[in-house]
Amino acid sequence: MMGTVIFRTLSPLISALTLMLAVFVTLRGHNDPGGGFIGGLIAASAFALLGLSHGVPAVRQALRFHPMSYAGFGLLLAVCAGLLPIFTGRSFFTALWTFPQVLGVEIALSTPMFFDIGVFFVVSGAMTSIALSLEQRGGGV
Amino acid sequence: MESVFALLVTAFMAVSVYLMLSRHIIRVLIGLALLGNGVNLLIFTAGRLTRETPPLIAPDAEAITGIVANPLPQALILTAIVISFSFFALLLVLGFRAYQDLGTDDTDGMRAAEPVDDPGPPEGY
Amino acid sequence: MAAADVSAALITAPVPLSDWLVALPLAIPVLAGAVLVLLRQQLKQPIIVAVAALLAMLVTDIALLARVLQQGPVVMYMGAWKPPFGIVFAADVFGTSLATLATFIALLATIYSAADVTWAERRFGFYPFLMLLMAGVTGAFLTGDIFNLYVWFEVLLISSTGLLLVGSKKPQIDGALKYGLLNLLATTLFLVATAYLYGVLGTLNMADIALKVRAAPADTPLVTIAVLYLVAFGMKAAAFPLNFWLPASYHAPGAGVSALFAAILTKVGIYALIKTEVLLLGPVSAHFAPVIAAVAGATMLTGALGALAQSELRRLFGWLVINGIGSMLMGLAIGGEAGLTAGIFYALHSMVTMAALYFCGGLVEALAGTDRLTQLGGVQKRAPLLGAVLLILSLAVAGLPPFSGFWPKVLLVKAGISAGSGGLVLVLLASSLVTTIAMGRVYLFAVWRDAPDAAAQTGANGPRSPGASVLLPTLVLTVLVVAIGLYPMPVHELAARSAAGLLNADAYSHAVLGGAP
Repeated sequence: MMGTVIFRTLSPLISALTLMLAVFVTLRGHNDPGGGFIGGLIAASAFALLGLSHGVPAVRQALRFHPMSYAGFGLLLAVCAGLLPIFTGRSFFTALWTFPQVLGVEIALSTPMFFDIGVFFVVSGAMTSIALSLEQRGGGV
Repeated sequence: MESVFALLVTAFMAVSVYLMLSRHIIRVLIGLALLGNGVNLLIFTAGRLTRETPPLIAPDAEAITGIVANPLPQALILTAIVISFSFFALLLVLGFRAYQDLGTDDTDGMRAAEPVDDPGPPEGY
Repeated sequence: MAAADVSAALITAPVPLSDWLVALPLAIPVLAGAVLVLLRQQLKQPIIVAVAALLAMLVTDIALLARVLQQGPVVMYMGAWKPPFGIVFAADVFGTSLATLATFIALLATIYSAADVTWAERRFGFYPFLMLLMAGVTGAFLTGDIFNLYVWFEVLLISSTGLLLVGSKKPQIDGALKYGLLNLLATTLFLVATAYLYGVLGTLNMADIALKVRAAPADTPLVTIAVLYLVAFGMKAAAFPLNFWLPASYHAPGAGVSALFAAILTKVGIYALIKTEVLLLGPVSAHFAPVIAAVAGATMLTGALGALAQSELRRLFGWLVINGIGSMLMGLAIGGEAGLTAGIFYALHSMVTMAALYFCGGLVEALAGTDRLTQLGGVQKRAPLLGAVLLILSLAVAGLPPFSGFWPKVLLVKAGISAGSGGLVLVLLASSLVTTIAMGRVYLFAVWRDAPDAAAQTGANGPRSPGASVLLPTLVLTVLVVAIGLYPMPVHELAARSAAGLLNADAYSHAVLGGAP
């Protein structure tokens, strides 16, 4: 734990902003630079920062579940996004798009987006897990 | 331009081989990371270098027009970076763990799996 | 949105459900792995999920194998992109038979390990790593894209390093570190070769590569690429002189994981080597067949002599794995349909036998409380069945009739003599003799003689009799070893069909590229 007052006061704010940036970067990834991998890394860096300032137990408590469980959820989401085309008679990982109108705004929903969100969870979960275990004991996988 | 990149890749590989010849795990790891970067540059060069436009389709067109950069090597490099990054992170943790548990960073001293004082097989029945 | 004409690049026809047989053996383990990671605190019996997933994989693998045998390569185009633009999965006889057998052995290894895996190890992630390992192995066996093969290699590399570490004993950390570093180097070399191949041919699809290699101008540096692949996959397969990571790491984890590694991982290397050197780069790899022959001979001898020099059971088996790799490489070096058939037959035999041998070694170790030849003994008196199993497996490894090792060696000798490589045949026979001596000594010391030091046997980690969950997988594989020895025709048929498929690159390319709807 690095204990300066400035760091401890600002790090939750910076972490929150970083997490928002992570979500933004993930969602813009389909048509612009960004995506699940880089978004996940940004999210993991936010948790690692919080771990430095407030200690690893606080971060684990804030996450509620073990970081690897998030990675498992992401993997499940990504594969399910790939399996969805089985119901429409298309190949594995074929992109399916739908454009529902929500409150008069057209929203683009697609399987690549869910795949990307899955990647986000896999990367952020796995990297947070590694970073936290390194911060906690200085070792351990 | 390709020849300049070829020299750059060579430099990467030479440095990484030098580092990997070390007995210290951390140097070997840095060497492997550099090797991975060298290979990524190699893939980039193998896809031919062009100083043209990025491979984006204009909003009013249906296909790419004109000469654009080759997008495939970029996808390959991205994949390679992601994979080698995750495995490198695992190996880094493992190397640190080995340093803690085995008490050394020197591969000569890491003989937990293959003890030096192995008596050898029985010679008579 | 304006409907652009994408029919040149995309497959628009509906995909029949039966084509999903190619994707399901991949999707099932990843799904199961994800569920196991997600619920690893909640699941009381994660092994049920793992076994169910492996059973489902086995069923789809067998169905896929039946279909491939009937109508040739089954192809699925990921994301519906037409080859060579998109990634394809193309199941041929060679890959599918290896995938099926690998899944079967993984199922048995999971059952075998059930008693071994402690609660702490389950929390560490034994079953998720196992599932991801099987996803990587199946992906490597079924993919039709060389860069995708690299991805699966890394998947199985990461998960196998994780499996090696489960338990976190000092030898495991030591072994896993060396295993991970050297195998990462090998995969990176594989990537170097693939980068050159892409630079030269401009394609990554295996079927397309096979076509373009055969139409390439004479000054294309294909031999360089083929040799790079030989180094990279040779290192993965533990061929001499790049074999030293294997005996340093394979004995470190529990017996079930060791068996899984010995049966599957090196065979993935051999599979990739045979596929690149025969199916893809066949016309040029004939130029350095003598190099492959030298490597094969040296690997066989190193393996056999290494086994002779070991005093610990499982480290000794590690050298026997290397010896087997040499025999498979010999099949590749002889080449032609006869040589490849023999090599592939040997690979199938070696998967079964080495898994059984590691299972059996684990049982002997549990019974005697040690795996050192100097301290072992008395197995025959206390567990005659186990003694008989070890004898059968010893003879099978050495290649003596009537067990499964005999037929591939006969085929190798026959193919070697008719191809005029008598020296290689002599090395094969000599290494078989040395293997017989090494295994005979194991049998004499561990099984036949009385325990040298009866007091030590009943120590703290003293004898414990094997339960049904560890005995059953061992017996199933041993029965398979005997069955292949007595009735080798189905396995020979599989090997011969695999070899024929590898040598007929045109048919493969046509099935993958031309067969697109």
